[in-house]
Amino acid sequence: MQAPAPDRRPAAKTEQIVLFRVGGKLFAIFSGSVQEVRSVDSLSGMSHELPQSTVGKVRHFLRRGDRTLFVVDGTAHFGLPAEAPSLVFVLRHTRTALLVDGIEKMTSISRLQALSPAFCHEERRWYRGLTAIDQTVVPVVEPDGFLSFEEQTVLDEIVAAQAQQSEKGRTEEHPA
Amino acid sequence: MMTSTELELQSFVLLRLGERRFALSAREIVELVAPSRVFRFPHRTKELEGVILRRGRIVPVCDISERLIGKRLASRRFYLVATRKYSSGSDWIGLPVTGECELITAEMTPPGATDSPHVAGWIAHDGDVIEVLNLEELTPGPRAQGTQEPSVSSAAFAHEVRP
Repeated sequence: MQAPAPDRRPAAKTEQIVLFRVGGKLFAIFSGSVQEVRSVDSLSGMSHELPQSTVGKVRHFLRRGDRTLFVVDGTAHFGLPAEAPSLVFVLRHTRTALLVDGIEKMTSISRLQALSPAFCHEERRWYRGLTAIDQTVVPVVEPDGFLSFEEQTVLDEIVAAQAQQSEKGRTEEHPA
Repeated sequence: MMTSTELELQSFVLLRLGERRFALSAREIVELVAPSRVFRFPHRTKELEGVILRRGRIVPVCDISERLIGKRLASRRFYLVATRKYSSGSDWIGLPVTGECELITAEMTPPGATDSPHVAGWIAHDGDVIEVLNLEELTPGPRAQGTQEPSVSSAAFAHEVRP
């Protein structure tokens, strides 16, 4: 009797994702897109408040060396009811630190389905696609989709103006 | 031999929305499925309710009843899964319908100049005159919304993971 031929099909490529909640809703992000996960409490000494602006989802920013990261409220971004966030994801290769409710779990997926063209508004920037996990459909977020170039420009201007203002205040307090 | 004035018999699927019947070309129909869970996630395309999982594919669900009969379906029995064409390709879309659907053969009369854009034509069946629907006008898509349509490469309908 001949032994059955070995299965030569290539193993399905899988990628690790982090399942997390924002405003109670489930989302996924590729784990490689998350540079750092911190508790919100640990940010209290590092973050700076921003005045209200046209970019309502960003109220704080962080200084990281010569970089400025903007703290995006995930619920405001997705238009979800506000929840108290417990974690912040610093997203790799972006200027976004994303506030989230918490991490659900880490898992892997082998298939990502592109968003149907029927979805034709902002969500096309928000998501890389959709995936099915445990008979549930979860949107996989696009790290670059949280802040547009225009929004970053507006926020940079606000940060620069704020820095200028505080510099001016210091000069007036302690004239040379 | 058919002359240009003669009409050709075509297959249509009759669907019911509330008390009214509409038709879709049978070529556009994938299948009729029992109600299944609609998964909802944040998005800004208000015509879409969410998505259903069907045969491993994630299918957007669009309730066309509000536009056609002026109200959302209170009770729905099936999803009619149809193929919706886009300039970059085609994809499935799930249409909530009430009642059974019926496959018929009929001659379609082309739409008139005053008909709404969502009317692809008219058929007569059982003493009724029934609108044949144009899905491209009735369901959302990049061209209809005036936004840039994703290219086929970026909108490959099922692809491997791209980290």
